[in-house]
Amino acid sequence: MRGALVKRSRRGGYDLRIPAAEREILGTIPGMLRALLVDGDAADPALQRLYPMAFNDDEDASAEFRDITHDELLEQRLAAIDTMERTLRFDHLTEDELLAWLAALNDVRLVLGVRLEVTEEASAADFAGDPEAERAYELYRYLSYLEEHVVDALSS
Amino acid sequence: MAQTAPVETERPVGDEDVVPDVPWIVIVWNDPINLMSYVVYVFQKLFGFPREKATRLMLDVHHKGRAVVSTGPRERCEFDVSRLHAHGLWATMQKDR
Repeated sequence: MRGALVKRSRRGGYDLRIPAAEREILGTIPGMLRALLVDGDAADPALQRLYPMAFNDDEDASAEFRDITHDELLEQRLAAIDTMERTLRFDHLTEDELLAWLAALNDVRLVLGVRLEVTEEASAADFAGDPEAERAYELYRYLSYLEEHVVDALSS
Repeated sequence: MAQTAPVETERPVGDEDVVPDVPWIVIVWNDPINLMSYVVYVFQKLFGFPREKATRLMLDVHHKGRAVVSTGPRERCEFDVSRLHAHGLWATMQKDR
């Protein structure tokens, strides 16, 4: 049983105990996410999940809402990715930096979850036989695990 | 149903200007991706709910498929929806009918 990956520090901020090999994997996230956010196809279900319809059954109002909010949301998302990338090797994060990690982790989980069409009952067996999906689901599970630790630390 | 003559009511001049619009509600919908702990955290952070209320709303989303997390004028609800979207939650708004 591993201890907490993220822990509130007595000197303020948060201590990270993430092994180098796992940070290596986390290092692939910023580029992947940035490429989707900046160059992705607006019709991509993963992108649509990041900018959902604001009004059920009203596509016009939702499109208008998206026009108004999209740029600011995109800016926030890119800033979070930049922060995570910059602090990827840090053993200590400020609260703002950890919040940026949380935002990027959750965004990439949404993207992977949509791509894999995960359900609440999903398990590794659902993706057996498709090496790419198996790897993506393994990453998804790891990011979920890490995000739990981040939320625990922020809520402590 | 019995028919009655319309009742005359006295309305101050310019009444329309002060009567608030029909309130709007913000709904968060269940999704299989967001972590339960994360949703509780976001509700606490965005709306200042105590942990118990945030947890109850999260469980409503999880079990009933949706929960109303905020109500008010349209602008207020638009602000809340955009903050929920920024946090990756699936939120919509509608008139509270």
